[in-house]
Amino acid sequence: MAYASDKDFTQKRLNQPLLNKKWRTEYAGRTLVTIFGIFIILLALTILGFLGYRGSATFLNYGHSVAEFLFSTNWNPGEAGQSGTVGAAIFIVGSLTVSGFALLIATPFAIAMAIFISDISPKIGSRFLRPVLEIFVGIPSVVYGWIGLTVLVPFIANVFNLPFGFSVLAASIVVAVMIFPTIASVATDAMQAIPAEYRDASYALGSTRWQMVWHIKLRSAMPGILTGIVLGLARAFGEALAVAMVVGQSTRFVDSLLSPTNTLTAVITANMGNTVNGSEYNDALWSMAFLLLLISFGFIILIRVLGRKRNEL
Amino acid sequence: MNKNRSAKQADRVATGVLYGIAAFFVLLLASITIYILYKGVLAASPDLLSFSGDGVGVQLFNTIYLVFLSLLITVPIGMFTGIYMAEYAGKGSLIAVIRTCIETLSSLPSIIVGLFGFLVFIQMTHSKWNLLAGALSLAILNIPLIARTTEDAMRSIPRSYYDGSIALGSTRWQTVVHVLLKASIPQIMTGVILAAGRGFGEAAVLIYTSGMSSDINFNNWNPTSITSPLNPFRPADTLSVHIWAIKTEGIAANSQQIADLSAAMLIILVFAFSLGSRALGRHLQKNAGEI
Repeated sequence: MAYASDKDFTQKRLNQPLLNKKWRTEYAGRTLVTIFGIFIILLALTILGFLGYRGSATFLNYGHSVAEFLFSTNWNPGEAGQSGTVGAAIFIVGSLTVSGFALLIATPFAIAMAIFISDISPKIGSRFLRPVLEIFVGIPSVVYGWIGLTVLVPFIANVFNLPFGFSVLAASIVVAVMIFPTIASVATDAMQAIPAEYRDASYALGSTRWQMVWHIKLRSAMPGILTGIVLGLARAFGEALAVAMVVGQSTRFVDSLLSPTNTLTAVITANMGNTVNGSEYNDALWSMAFLLLLISFGFIILIRVLGRKRNEL
Repeated sequence: MNKNRSAKQADRVATGVLYGIAAFFVLLLASITIYILYKGVLAASPDLLSFSGDGVGVQLFNTIYLVFLSLLITVPIGMFTGIYMAEYAGKGSLIAVIRTCIETLSSLPSIIVGLFGFLVFIQMTHSKWNLLAGALSLAILNIPLIARTTEDAMRSIPRSYYDGSIALGSTRWQTVVHVLLKASIPQIMTGVILAAGRGFGEAAVLIYTSGMSSDINFNNWNPTSITSPLNPFRPADTLSVHIWAIKTEGIAANSQQIADLSAAMLIILVFAFSLGSRALGRHLQKNAGEI
């Protein structure tokens, strides 16, 4: 290499190792972690993009309308090369009923548990109940599904005199037990975050413990409790296997709590593997997956809004 | 006075009801656990516990191996992301976007992640179900958890650590690696254990990525052979997927016992890791004063 002057040469030699060193000690690491930060964004976008692309084929390639998909109960999609109807309303309503009813069962109990831990007996609460809740969040959903299948389903068949116990009720109960610890933990956090002054002021005014809990604590913790409920709902809505095991998987509109039906997650799980890639049936399943993704975005937005509300308080 | 008395009565009734509900749920959860373990013990036989044929040893090995492979991917990616968020991302709009993405990823239904894995790692690579695809998909589910744990851990370290290291002439990156990261390792470990526990129980992510069957030979340890337990490109069903597979296509006469035993082993694995992570957390809190 030729250098224009001696000065130029010295300058280069001085700069080189310094830059090198700075690169090794700082910029390399910084670049590395920045790449992974960006990677997370790309990953989220890729999931959205791919599922959106696969999910749109029902409407773009097979010419079905979004309204048909969402509101029609005619579910008879064509296998390879054929064409039929792709009304997914049965599954959408199935998912809504199962998760809605599960929430209805789990929420009162979860809030009661939260009140117990935060105000009735914080000692038993923090030493015993909190750990129990945390452990039970971790029980795998297939295990709940398996118990539902072997214990709850026969039990329901027995009690209500049905040929099979597979039903919305069975699915709702299984999901309710699954989401109970989630809602209870988040609600407890919300209750415990309420400043002690609220409690003291309420007692000073002569209220009983229950009046204090009911009128003051629950009301002030409401945004946090709602966050827990939405989290529970999101988990219930997205739960696939446990629901698929006990809901009966029959393509039939929900007409009672004891009737079997099917949900978005269950129908996707059961059929994705045995339909031909690119067939109308398969594409309709991808559309449902995309719908599921959009709904879970909805839940995330809801949780954010609630979080903002909590910060305002 | 009357109103006062009824308020006191309501208070007593409510307290009683709340005690009842708390007791009921503890009993319910305890009886579920005991029931699973009891059925597992009933089902256990040398034949089912073995590593061949009907034995669930194969699935137990698959579960641990798959989660281990998955953590090898999850931990570095999650840690790097967490470091970036805690130290380099600043307070601008980029970190808000990343945070939203992490939140989104962590609340995706696992079946969605499974389908994405199926699309990308199976269909687009034209391969059959394989362990690596399962591990990668599981990683997507767990990366947000590790990233968040790392970020929280690094942010919780006293500012003086950072200042001290910088004053001694280290660069920011050197400080991150040698001081902050080192101090956060125990907390990150808790997150890793949590992620492992979650991985053991996960099934919806795996049925369309690592598959619902396995055919391996425990005398063959050559990683390139398709029947070798170590080959990451072979199909593999984990304990939880096994339960699902038995439910959907169980034809063996003793499939009920196999599922009972799988459920019991799964519960033991998950509980052991959950208790381990709690014990580690307590240990850290106790030692926190000494740092």
